Amino acid sequence: MTQQVRDDAPRERQATPRRRGRVPAALLIPAGLGLLFLVLPLAGLLVRAPWTSLPERLTAPGALTALRLSVQTATLATALCLLLGVPLAWVLARVEFPGRRLVRALVTVPLVLPPVVGGVALLLVFGRRGLLGGWLDATFGITLPFSTAGVVLAESFVAMPFLVIAVEGALRAADHRYEEAAATLGANRWTTFTHVTLPLVAPGLAAGAVLCWARALGEFGATITFAGNYPGRTQTMPLAVYLALETDLESAIVLSLVLLVVSVGILVALRDRWMSTA
Amino acid sequence: MTGRAARTAMAVVMALTVAGCGAGDDRASDGAADGRVTGAVTVFAAASLTESFRRIGKDFEAANPGSTVTLNVAGSSALANQISQGAPADVFASAAPANMATVTESGNADGTPTTFARNQLVIAVPRGNPQAVTGLADLSRPGVKVALCAGQVPCGAAARTALEAAGVALTPVTLEQDVKGALAKLKLGEVDAALVYRTDVRAASAEVTGVEFPESARAVNDYPIVALKDAPNPAGARAFVAYVHSAPAQAVLAEAGFQAP
Repeated sequence: MTQQVRDDAPRERQATPRRRGRVPAALLIPAGLGLLFLVLPLAGLLVRAPWTSLPERLTAPGALTALRLSVQTATLATALCLLLGVPLAWVLARVEFPGRRLVRALVTVPLVLPPVVGGVALLLVFGRRGLLGGWLDATFGITLPFSTAGVVLAESFVAMPFLVIAVEGALRAADHRYEEAAATLGANRWTTFTHVTLPLVAPGLAAGAVLCWARALGEFGATITFAGNYPGRTQTMPLAVYLALETDLESAIVLSLVLLVVSVGILVALRDRWMSTA
Repeated sequence: MTGRAARTAMAVVMALTVAGCGAGDDRASDGAADGRVTGAVTVFAAASLTESFRRIGKDFEAANPGSTVTLNVAGSSALANQISQGAPADVFASAAPANMATVTESGNADGTPTTFARNQLVIAVPRGNPQAVTGLADLSRPGVKVALCAGQVPCGAAARTALEAAGVALTPVTLEQDVKGALAKLKLGEVDAALVYRTDVRAASAEVTGVEFPESARAVNDYPIVALKDAPNPAGARAFVAYVHSAPAQAVLAEAGFQAP
């Protein structure tokens, strides 16, 4: 995944054949441990899953409602991130302006901010007493907290940096000459962007969108802080898992498994279709 | 990463590792001759006990030099689950008997839980009560946003009982994971009212006001406490439970707005 994020290596270098030989144990052993560390907890979920009662737990109305809401909001959040994040990535990659490095750093802040803090920050802007929230409420009667739109907003805030970083990396790695050729043939900047640049960075864009979607699907902290928890409206799957933990571990495991299967399924399907692994 | 950054990162990792090792070595000396205890006492306490147990913990440390009380506060049900999953805790103080039952039934309690306090719901509203809320019925008015606790946690179960007793049907905008979450939504101004405990309102009296309502008498919460079986510090656990029942601790609880058991 990460090679999509900052793929600045020139193409010539990628074409050199990989050096073959024995894999040194000094790398192999920690690599194995790392893999084990990442996979064992998932195996734990599978081992502890209540397979016998799985069907009725899965078809419990609450679980399906939460799953539907999760998939819908993560998809909407990804759409919003594409709409705003791709142009942002293009500006960061293609336009020289003072303070660009600062802007680039600001864009990545939600990656390191604790999601709960992100949720509070969103409230301070879009909440009823927030900088914009009060005005939105008074002027248009729009209140974002405790609404499905609020969930989408919280997920977008946390997930957009993934998309921006991926797309910007792809843009910086892409060959400028195609764009220059298009320009000399009379295409304006918008046509060049839609007909040359976007197809050129499509794999990176797809990778970024998938990462963004997966991150939005798993979002918990910002969502519960900004949008609250109400079944059918703002209770996404991670919130349902957390509440299920309050009463019954088995249900929580089942819900987690569903989330796992959905995200792994989507990741695998999309990787095979769009992403030629470099 | 530059050489210096790498070295700094290593130093940080080393420091964290050492700190982590140190935490585990804080084993108790099993009750000195004068009945005082030492070492770390880890207390898992319901969110509504945050302020009072912080003070009681300090007093306990003063009464038992060489002891340190570590609080882990969250929703009672989450705590009960953590204990059932083997979290290394010495004492569990729950906001409802139901969550305590989770711990006793999984065989994690050392002895029988004892009730040390009782708590009642009030309607928390912003200071000055701008919506002029006088009782539960006002909460179902259109345009009044209410935060409740989720039904799985004690304050949510109590809220449901009280609302049923009053015959009020209301649709909250959010069902929070614990009582402090519901209060936080009110403090942030996102909701007009929240059903929380009397003690929570008292702890946040700078920003919120409590509106008492008669039906809350139908949903009084008993708070049980128990020492845990696999306590890393069994002497400390028993001493802390005894201390919570003592006069000084009970005075702290009364001041916080709890009723005597």
